[in-house]
Amino acid sequence: MVDAAEKTTGSGKYTDDLSLPGMLIGKILHSPYPHARIKKIDTSRAEKLDGVVAVAVGADAPNPYGILPVGHDEHALALDKVRYVGDNVACVAAISEAIAERALELIDVEYEVLPAYFDPEESMKAQSDFIHENKPRNIEKDYHHVFGDPEKGFAEADEIAEARFISNEVTHAAMEPHSTLASFEIDPHTGKPGRLTVWSSTQVPYYLQHKLSLVLEMPMAQIRVIKPLVGGGFGGKSEVIPLEIIAAIAARKAKAPVKITYTREEVFWAHRGRPRTIIDLKTGVKKDGRITSVQARVIQDGGAYCSYGVVTILYSGALLGALYDIPNIQYDGYRVLTNKPACGAMRGHGTVNVRFAFESQLDELAAKIGMDPAQIRRRNLLQPPCITVNGLRVQSYGLPECIDKIVERSNWNQRRGKLPTGRGLGIACSHYVSGAANSIIRSDMPHSTVNIKIDRDGGVVVYTGASEIGQGSDTMTAQIAAEVLGCSLSRVRIIAADTDLTPIDIGSYSSRVTFMAGNATLRAATEVKKLIAAAAAKKMECSAEELVFRDDVVFKKRGGPPSLSRLSRQDGEVGSASISGHVEGQILRGSLQQKSKDEAPRDQMTFEAAVVAAIDFHGALTGTGSYAPPPQARGGKHKGAGVGPSPAYSYSAQVAEVTVDEDTGEVTVHKVWAAHDCGRALNPVAVEGQIIGSVWMGMGQALTEEMVWKDGMLMNPGLLEYRSPSSVESPDVEAIIVESIDPEGPFGAKECSEGSLAATIPAIANAIYDAVGVRLHESPFTPERVLAALRAKKNAKALNLTEGIDPTAPARLREHGGSLCYQGKGPLRHVSDPARNGAPAGGAD
Amino acid sequence: MAHCSQLTMKKELISLRVNGRTHETAIEPSALLLDVLRQELQLTGSKRGCDDSSCGACTVLIDGVAMMSCTLLAASCEGQEITTIEGVSEHGSLAAIQKAYGDWGGAQCGYCTPGFVMTVKSLLAENPDPSEEDVRAALSSNLCRCTGYNQMYEAIRSAIAAERAEVASTE
Repeated sequence: MVDAAEKTTGSGKYTDDLSLPGMLIGKILHSPYPHARIKKIDTSRAEKLDGVVAVAVGADAPNPYGILPVGHDEHALALDKVRYVGDNVACVAAISEAIAERALELIDVEYEVLPAYFDPEESMKAQSDFIHENKPRNIEKDYHHVFGDPEKGFAEADEIAEARFISNEVTHAAMEPHSTLASFEIDPHTGKPGRLTVWSSTQVPYYLQHKLSLVLEMPMAQIRVIKPLVGGGFGGKSEVIPLEIIAAIAARKAKAPVKITYTREEVFWAHRGRPRTIIDLKTGVKKDGRITSVQARVIQDGGAYCSYGVVTILYSGALLGALYDIPNIQYDGYRVLTNKPACGAMRGHGTVNVRFAFESQLDELAAKIGMDPAQIRRRNLLQPPCITVNGLRVQSYGLPECIDKIVERSNWNQRRGKLPTGRGLGIACSHYVSGAANSIIRSDMPHSTVNIKIDRDGGVVVYTGASEIGQGSDTMTAQIAAEVLGCSLSRVRIIAADTDLTPIDIGSYSSRVTFMAGNATLRAATEVKKLIAAAAAKKMECSAEELVFRDDVVFKKRGGPPSLSRLSRQDGEVGSASISGHVEGQILRGSLQQKSKDEAPRDQMTFEAAVVAAIDFHGALTGTGSYAPPPQARGGKHKGAGVGPSPAYSYSAQVAEVTVDEDTGEVTVHKVWAAHDCGRALNPVAVEGQIIGSVWMGMGQALTEEMVWKDGMLMNPGLLEYRSPSSVESPDVEAIIVESIDPEGPFGAKECSEGSLAATIPAIANAIYDAVGVRLHESPFTPERVLAALRAKKNAKALNLTEGIDPTAPARLREHGGSLCYQGKGPLRHVSDPARNGAPAGGAD
Repeated sequence: MAHCSQLTMKKELISLRVNGRTHETAIEPSALLLDVLRQELQLTGSKRGCDDSSCGACTVLIDGVAMMSCTLLAASCEGQEITTIEGVSEHGSLAAIQKAYGDWGGAQCGYCTPGFVMTVKSLLAENPDPSEEDVRAALSSNLCRCTGYNQMYEAIRSAIAAERAEVASTE
């Protein structure tokens, strides 16, 4: 990886590592109530505190924004209402963190507490006090789709399964907390804040530039967004997060640079993770295993703001298609608002929770008809190239090979159903888009543009808007440029994600970067290669088509690849990138003089000499490439059809091997075999890393990760309480790369970072069934839930293991200690909350 | 009206040995080692990833022992040899573990990497030939959200082999 050394030496800079002279630290005052009107804010006491430079409130920047054009329902700092515990009310910019925190306590806010909604099914019944006035019954959006004839499909089915599945809420918990540094230049004419530069830990620098422009009412050209190293995103940084705009508002008011870095707790409150989802799923199959009909009713608990919500609820229905051949689909999706932090996009987006339900139910149906679960999947494969019943175009389709590989590697046929009680194997499949065919802000603009510049020194500089967030974007860009130009990787320098320097790339989300920015890079490199080839052809007296670019040499095809020694004997140059000074003089002197030195036409020349010739002939050596998805890939015309279509889908098939302890309910995952069709693995180490990382994150959601809420208060805003798995809880993952060579991907490549996450959850659920014969319909499969299922199977009485000691239902409020926001006081309880009356901290329980 | 000096303690001069050099700096007695390293000494390689010493991204070596710098008062580290990630590579070349992490995909976003490198250094100093179980247990004090840890184990094995080969070649 081209940036590995920066990371392993700690020399690379993440946003919080940056500082500017005169920089102030910003701290945000958060709402202690889940739903309240702001009657009055008095910041005078805070402003008087020595060391405080400015205090910003909602009125300083009242324009709303949101990541979706239909969802501009957020304000960086609340104007009239707060809608979740943790919502943003004011910001103090001070000379130190300690002073800023002290100043927060001096801000007086008068709230009028409103009734709050926490359960989506209850929230949908609301008659008044809607979270957003323009969203009656707190429904952000609902969709109702019918493809084919689902009723007829169920009538034709031999077996039908119907069940409710619940996936609880999870969050990205990237290791780097969000951080933003905002700095205005002083306009030389007016002395007022002029051009704005923002460094931010973001996956979407151009969306950030756009939203800053909306809120601050500045032209985008006056705003420069620079993305430093980013310590993970997974979707948590794929939209504009409040602190990013708050820092700019504070910097404008304070007339000084302001840096805001979230505490880990604030990262949990900022959230934008995967919503708690209730799925009522019904599937019908024939005796031969063919799926006849699917009906899904999905309710997502979206939190207090729209965020990506409309897209999330659409993905839940749309990607029922394009994995298997399903002829009839009915989908009813509800995105519901509640008074909790907003949910957004998280690895796999809205497809993950529905996939858990579907793959579990398919397993159940396989059992009902007496068919092996791997076999039932093979019975329902698509026959690409095709367009699914819901308008998705599928071309490359490596799913069959994925299934074959994991069946073979895990010894599925010999072992499934035959392991001793308590140990089991489970299979599941999933898929994902390689970028959305329709961009969030609809336009005819390319989704990625890349510029390349090559100078006389043979250095290749690639300017790409694509955002490296640890997924390998910079390395992919460098590899593609080097591959096209036939030059060594060390020649290539990547300048990325700086809105002043790089052309627009819409961002690192929906796994679009390799496919789209990669294609743009390929096109830019091809364009500049043409110029070099034309010049080299002139010098070698042949046609450009005869030339091959490889290993820093340009040579004629019929001559075969040159040996390095032959080359150096011929021109006194060495064909490697680490050329030292003795060649330099010849380069600067120019090719004209070189020609006069050797009369005969040559069979090869070094990359550098070819570059010099091209610059002499053409002037500057630059190339531009763009990518926009083709119209055939953009999907149907029904309402909501814009979400789901992609130029290519990745495919994943997995087998999980687990042990279930029937006494404790503890599930241990021993191994996961994960085969992922990524089209072509441009960098196998990186691809394996993404597959393993996705599977691991899926396992986290399957077994231990869950955001636990009590009256809108998050009970576990810490990495260990949230239970992100450490090394001792993490299984061996065998990543198997399958290459279906996509016709439109760069060198055939598709995505490899999201598609595998979804399959892991049902693979584990299905393995639990093989191990102990219980089907779990609610994730994570905690020991309590496993034990409850085991007891139910034995018709034993349900045990309430945590009665009286459950921290989410205490007799008295157990405060979350050590919280910087609440200083151990906890939120003020709503008047009708019984726990409000005279309960001291850390009481009898 | 609260005066700023009432919120902050009077600074004291301390002397810290970091990566083989002595640094004299004025800090409040309550200052955490992590903050002093990152802010006073501009050694930003050690990272803050959590509020409650649960992630290990701040791991440094104190007299060779892996410790979380977010849990140490800087003042209490006077007289000890502190090694941060910046002190791991010989100037101009990568240590075996750093090169191995790069080659084997042990670092994706890289935010947890400095902490892991320090933990691995501490492990290998104590136990030059650790078993799979030893490695897993030692790494459990550091959290990663990107890699799922698997490629880190391969990197560590590779680094151990590389160091052995180097030692063998110089013998």
